[in-house]
Amino acid sequence: MTIALEQHIDANLISILEKISDPEIPVLSIMDMGVVRSAQKIDDVVQIKITPTYSGCPAMDVIGEDIIAAFKEENIQAKVDLVLSPAWTTDWITPRGRKALEEYGIAAPLDEEADKEALLGNKKIVKCPQCSSTNTKMVSQFGSTACKALFKCEDCLEPFDYFKCLK
Amino acid sequence: MKNENIIQYIYGVADNALILGQRLSELCGHGPNLETDIALTNMALDLLGQTRSYYQYAAQLSGDGKTEDDIAFLRIERQYKNVLLVEQPNRHFGYVITRQFFYDVFHLLLLQELQNSNDDTLSAIAKKGIKEVSYHQRFSSDWMKRLGDGTEESHQKAQEAVDDLWKFTDELFHMTKDDELAFQSGVGVDVSKLKENYYKRIGEVLEEATLTIPETKWFQKGGKQGIHSEHMGYLLSDLQYMQRTYPNMKW
Repeated sequence: MTIALEQHIDANLISILEKISDPEIPVLSIMDMGVVRSAQKIDDVVQIKITPTYSGCPAMDVIGEDIIAAFKEENIQAKVDLVLSPAWTTDWITPRGRKALEEYGIAAPLDEEADKEALLGNKKIVKCPQCSSTNTKMVSQFGSTACKALFKCEDCLEPFDYFKCLK
Repeated sequence: MKNENIIQYIYGVADNALILGQRLSELCGHGPNLETDIALTNMALDLLGQTRSYYQYAAQLSGDGKTEDDIAFLRIERQYKNVLLVEQPNRHFGYVITRQFFYDVFHLLLLQELQNSNDDTLSAIAKKGIKEVSYHQRFSSDWMKRLGDGTEESHQKAQEAVDDLWKFTDELFHMTKDDELAFQSGVGVDVSKLKENYYKRIGEVLEEATLTIPETKWFQKGGKQGIHSEHMGYLLSDLQYMQRTYPNMKW
């Protein structure tokens, strides 16, 4: 079941939020990542709620600091809170975000069923971001960060990260 | 339900994640190969992340100015409520995987129930954790099979770990006073009811792994009451070193 992403973001704040990226995947803005739940100016303070991708994701603390710094540059005071529910899912990565991932060399998440088949090694369906071959093989369920698995392309022989489906 | 009882209940759940996360962290840079090293430390990170969510909530409930760090680093041994299983040392890779597998199966069953808690925060932490722990269980189950059904040596070492750690599995299903209170008020889980599904799942994987289930009927307990094995003191002295040596230090 997919939980729709409900966002309450003041339109004039979007351009600032789009400048902030995930420190571990610099091509992906936090907006494209789908982690910003709400951003609203209440009195003189912008209240921002973000949702962690993984519980222990160390990027979350950095993202929080980056948000406060980015708003400070615009002379706006910001406050960041973490919300856990509903839990983040890879469905919230925007189409633009998925494209950015692929261009950066990270295979974007498949849907839930396909993801399972791929990680169990039943089907060769994860596409190599370098040469687009699906003749790929999982090397490890856990990659350079908790959200990714490590794959290898058996055609161009390049290793690459696959962003695991999280629902 | 009084806040103090909820806090104790949270310790009972969260301390397992902290201590197992600490054990896995010890393997950072010491895994048998790069991929396994990364996997184990990723799992440690998930567990420590979950621990932070629980402790932040406990700190907020206590309302006495304590922080998550106080809870993690400044309690004494008897105040940690983790089960004995998770504090057992990383004797060899067979132990690491077996301990993980024995805990993951329980952990997933626990979170699947805890997501129905009438406490919104605990329910949210559980829902988030389920996604992560499903991966852990897949990883440790796969490795149980690879070790058990692998070479003669890997089989023998996996069996040795199963035989040794088996006695710690029953404690997972003991209901403490705080568990009872939490369950009665709809906050917590009746872990005693998870037992049947647990041993069924464990049995299926061990069978596929060609490993034998020990026949011993004697089980060790105590961790949930704060009575730990001798390994716990050494673990805590590592874990708490920084805060004890430089009180209130911050990154």
